[in-house]
Order: sequence, then C-alpha cells, then structure tokens
Amino acid sequence: MFLDLFLNAVVAGILLGGFYAAVALGLSITVGQLDIVNIAHPAFVIVGSYTTYIINESLGLDPILAGVLATPVFFVGGVLLYRFYYVSFERTGQESLSGLAFFFGVMFIVEVVLIMVYGVDYRLVEAEYIGKTIQFGFIIIPIRMLAPFLMASVMTLGVYLYLSRTFNGRAILAVSQDRLALQLMGADPVKIKQLALGIAVATAAVAGSLLIIIGPVEPSVGRLYIGRVFAIVILGGMGSIGGTMTAALMIGVVESLVATFYGPSWAPAVGFIILLVTLAIRPQGLFGRA
Amino acid sequence: MTRVNKVDIRTWVLSGILMASIAIWSPLSSAARAAEPIKIGFSMALTGGLAGAGKAALIAMEIWREDTNKAGGLLGRQIEFVYYDDATSPAKVPGIYTKLLNIDKVDLVVSSYGTNEIAPAMPIIMRKKLVFLSLFGLAVNDKFNYDRYFQIMPSGPVPKDDWSRGFFEIASAQNPKPKSIALLSADAEFARNAVAGARRNAKKMGLKIVYDKTYPPGTADFSPIVRAIKATAPDMVYVGSYPPGSVGMVKSANELGLKPKMFGGGMVGLQFASIQKNLGPLLNGIINYDFWVPEPNLNFPGVKAFLKKYQEKAKGKGVDPLGHYLPPFAYAYLQILGTAVEAVGSLDQGKIAEHMHKTTYNTVVGPVKFGSNGEWAKTRVLMVQFRDVKPNDLSQFEGPGKRIILYPKEWKSGNVVYPYK
Repeated sequence: MFLDLFLNAVVAGILLGGFYAAVALGLSITVGQLDIVNIAHPAFVIVGSYTTYIINESLGLDPILAGVLATPVFFVGGVLLYRFYYVSFERTGQESLSGLAFFFGVMFIVEVVLIMVYGVDYRLVEAEYIGKTIQFGFIIIPIRMLAPFLMASVMTLGVYLYLSRTFNGRAILAVSQDRLALQLMGADPVKIKQLALGIAVATAAVAGSLLIIIGPVEPSVGRLYIGRVFAIVILGGMGSIGGTMTAALMIGVVESLVATFYGPSWAPAVGFIILLVTLAIRPQGLFGRA
Repeated sequence: MTRVNKVDIRTWVLSGILMASIAIWSPLSSAARAAEPIKIGFSMALTGGLAGAGKAALIAMEIWREDTNKAGGLLGRQIEFVYYDDATSPAKVPGIYTKLLNIDKVDLVVSSYGTNEIAPAMPIIMRKKLVFLSLFGLAVNDKFNYDRYFQIMPSGPVPKDDWSRGFFEIASAQNPKPKSIALLSADAEFARNAVAGARRNAKKMGLKIVYDKTYPPGTADFSPIVRAIKATAPDMVYVGSYPPGSVGMVKSANELGLKPKMFGGGMVGLQFASIQKNLGPLLNGIINYDFWVPEPNLNFPGVKAFLKKYQEKAKGKGVDPLGHYLPPFAYAYLQILGTAVEAVGSLDQGKIAEHMHKTTYNTVVGPVKFGSNGEWAKTRVLMVQFRDVKPNDLSQFEGPGKRIILYPKEWKSGNVVYPYK
C-alpha cells in the first residue's frame, strides 16, 4: 500500500513538475537572461489559457494545438512589449524599480482587460483525452496531467536546444553577462533582448493551454502561481533552462509527496523550505553560475 | 460713526434678503427632497476572485431596481444605487461604507457578496445602527450579535452546522449506515467553517473520521489528495471547496476511481452552469448543497420571470448564463428591504428592523422568515443529487430532473440513489 501510494505520488509529482516548468520557462529567460523581473508572466499565461479556450470553443481544435498556434502572435506581443519597455525604461537606465512597477501594471491591465472582455466566469476546455487514464500495474496516470507534461518537456527541450545551439540563442545567453562583448561580436543587444522576450512570452501561450487542460481558469488565477514560479526559477539557478526543469520537477515531486503523506496545505511551504535551504548552501541556485 | 452705521444697515439689509430667500426656498427644497431618489449603497466584488458572483448579483439587483421604479418606486420615490467595486478585497470594504454613509449620504445599505466582504462592514454599520441585509455570509453575526443584521442565504439558525446537516441526515437514513468519512476543505474562511460544521455533524452521527485535511489555493493537481483519501477507504467523502478545487476533485475522483458511498457536500462551483456543462456525466450521483434548482416544487411566484430577465441581461457579460445559484437571492434581499420600507412607510431603521424580525416575506426564492440572529429561522440548504446528466449540454440544466432535491423533507423532489456510482 505504502509503495503504491509512494510511486503514484512520485509519478504525479513529475507530471505536475512538467507543467510548472512550462509556466516557469518564460520567466527563467526574462529574469535570468534579460534581468527583467517580469511579474506579469503568469498573467500572460492566463491570456494563453483564454486564447486556447476561444480557439477550442469556436474551432474545436485540440487545446495544446491551439496553444502552439497562438505562439507566433504571443511572440510578436513579446517583441512589442520589449520595444516599449526599452524605450520607456531601459534606455534611460530606470529599469530596476520602474521596470518592476511597469510589469506589475501590465499584470493588472491584462487582468482587467480579460475581465472586461470575457467576464469572470470560469472557463474550461474540452478534449477527447480529458478524463481518461493510462494504467501501468498499480500506477494510474491521468492523461489530463500526462499531456501537459509531454508538451512541457518538448517545449523546454526546444528552448534549451535553441539557446545552446544557435547563434541568436547563444547571444541571448550572453546578453545579460556582457553587452559590450556581444556588440563586438556583431549582435545588437536590443534586438537580441527583444527576441528573447518574444520567446519568453510565446512560451506563455503553450503554458496557458496546459493550465486550462488541467483545471478551470478565470482572469485572476495567474496570481496564485507567481510565488511558485519565481521559487522554481531561483531554485534552478536563474537563467539555466535545465535548472528550471530540474527545480520544477523537484518542487512537483515534493509537493505531491507532502500532499499524499502529510497534508496538502503543507505542500507549498515545503517547496519554499527547499528553496531557502538550497539558497543557504548554494546562493546561485542548483544550476546557476557562481 | 456714520461709517459704522452704514455698514450696519448694509449688513441688516443683506441678512434680511438672505433670510427671505431661505424662507421662500425652504418649502420648495423640502418638496424637492421628497421627490429625490432613495439611495441604496453597497460595495460589490466586481473584479477579483468573487467577481463572477458579484457581477451576477449586480445584474439581479438592477433588475429589482428597474421593476420597483417601474411600479412607482419606494414611498413614492425612485430608487438609485450608489456602489463601488471592492475588488474582492476585504480591506477595501470599511472605506467604501464610510464613504457611502458620510459622503454619498445613502439612505439604505446592503452588503457585498460573501462572508469575507460582509464582516469588515459590520462595525461601521453597527455604529450607525443601520439595518444590514447581507448576501451570502456564513455565520457572520455569530460574533457581532447585531440585532439589525439579516442574511438571505438560507443556511438556517445555526449556519455552520445547518450547512451540512442534510448531507448527514441523508446518510443516517441509509441501511446499513455509512461508518467512516473523509473531510477535505479549502484553506479559506468559508470552506473551513463549512467543514467544521460537517465535522461536528459527523461526530454526532458516530462516524469515524479517517481523513481530515485542508488544501491551499493554487493547488493544480488533486490526484495526490484523492489517492490519500482512497487509501483510507471512507464510506463518505465531504468536500468544502471553491470552484477550481471542486472541478479538480470531481475530475481526479473519476480518473482514479474514488467511489465512496456518498460524495460531495459543500463544493462551490457545481452550481455554476459553465462548470456543470464541462463536468457533464462526471456529476452523476454527487450529492451537493444548492439553494435553488428548477424543480417544480421550488417554482415560487416571480422566479421564472426574474430568471428570464436575468438570462437576457447576462448574455455576453461573462457571468453565469443560467443564474440559478445567487441571482434570485440578490433579487430577494432587495425585495425584502423594499417590502419592509413600504410596510413601515418610512426609512426609520428601527422600525424596518422590527418589521423584518416579525414578518414572513414572500419572495422569488420562496417564503423567508428571519430568526433572532438574522439568519433564516429554518434552514433551507438543499442537498441535491445530480442525475442523468449528459455530456456537453448546457440547456439540460434549465429544466427539472437533473438536480433532484433530497433534503429538506418538505422540499424533496425525489429519492436518493445510494450508494454513489
């Protein structure tokens, strides 16, 4: 019985962690590579959920496919957002505190616009696989959790390969470390940063589609994820994609184990305790560079 | 000397003119005041977590205002609303009521939606000795003991316990009786209160509590919780949850095969049309609380006409399209206030309160009689069981037959299907 519960909790935690990674991925890029504390990221994820809902409801497309189809629009949105942020704050060197306030403002505006346009009713999506399960012996896996995990893994791997294997990707990794060196290599830091924010916001489209597959969404639900995703990004070592994935899986598994054996209310607290302990031992996070 | 006299004369003349103009204008102004609208002030959750309910409530309240104004208003005066969005933030509520009373000078006040938004207004309302009709507060007056507080949700005289009484009375009537129960509650005021009552009712019934935990807001995956509950093999599962948790629990329980003999209780969200449509047949067999359902014996005068108007106005506003849960009660609490004001013939708060204590009001949600603590004198928290729900069809919930009333006995519309399958 214990083994049954334990293994099921670990599997559930890995699946949940995959979903957390999808939400945290965009934030990992903005905070880690761009030094932009994009507190509005969970709000963009909710926009992703609504976009998925609209496509699913009107065209009947699969929610994940809907999320993927929305990525180009989100990418352009991210590029424009960076343009605005650069002109208003970064160019004049006011990015630290004013930038944070700016993204706070963006978060509220996004929420209010969603409320005004779509109201505050809970939204859910339909898909053939929601409610179905796969069973391996005593391990039961709901596809509602498995599908988001697989998509999150594919997306994280894609972003990881892009950042480590392409010129632009490496430029993104370099931009937060040494702008001048990057310029000397013939890359425009502003263009690189706007590309990076575009990618980060695009991941929110997919993360949003995963969120609405798992459960119902309303405009302010994104706020509930702010603490957790920041914890994952910091725990993973800011900007490390592999670190973000590992930290997300860790938090997912720990939360799931605590919820199963101790009590669901303690799950987030234990996640944060792990963060504090890790930071005490390794201030740069699990995979961060010292 | 002459100069002083001149000033004196001028002052006298000016004050004379002023006095005369006051004398001429005052009858006019009091006549104007009589025609002035009666202002009803309130704070409402129009953004934030409870906005879904708050916006729907506002639509219902506006329908009452239109109906009443069309019929000539109250005391021959038209009704005007003065309201502010409290953004589902309890901290904003005291400020809003202070402004309503001291700056907007409203004549009557009613509450925002929900326990957390009602309680913060109480000290201000009590200081001014105003009648306070509240919309869906659970046991708010337990601590205040305010004799001018009246609450429209039909929880009953002992709100915390009455809330789940039906669930346990249905269980007691089964043969053999269930022996064990798992309790799960969202980590928030309302759900904790509801489950505290359920815990007392469970102990009274002699049930063994095999699981008793809370879950935090923002829980995405309920499968660890469902597995832990399943491992304790309870006969009954009572859940006090908010919409995301309710959906998560129902889906996970179905996925992982959690099959107690009774499942449900205090799950908020299963009353909302969009969630009902999405969960579809997964709801079948669940026994959960409700306040009004379209069963023939709850067809009170005016409720169908009201719902028709509501459903028309709700289109495109992103609120519950059917509006069975909260809107009729948001209409009814103003209906009671209006009836009381007309009956006493003035805005005298003491007389209005007195009338409310002794009268049974006929409203769109049925006859309402308040007890001494301002709650309904007798509980009418319905326990309904979902039956024959088909996938992906919103219109099936408009009519009877999908939510069968099992409790209270006097409103029963069918028998329980037990055990839950």
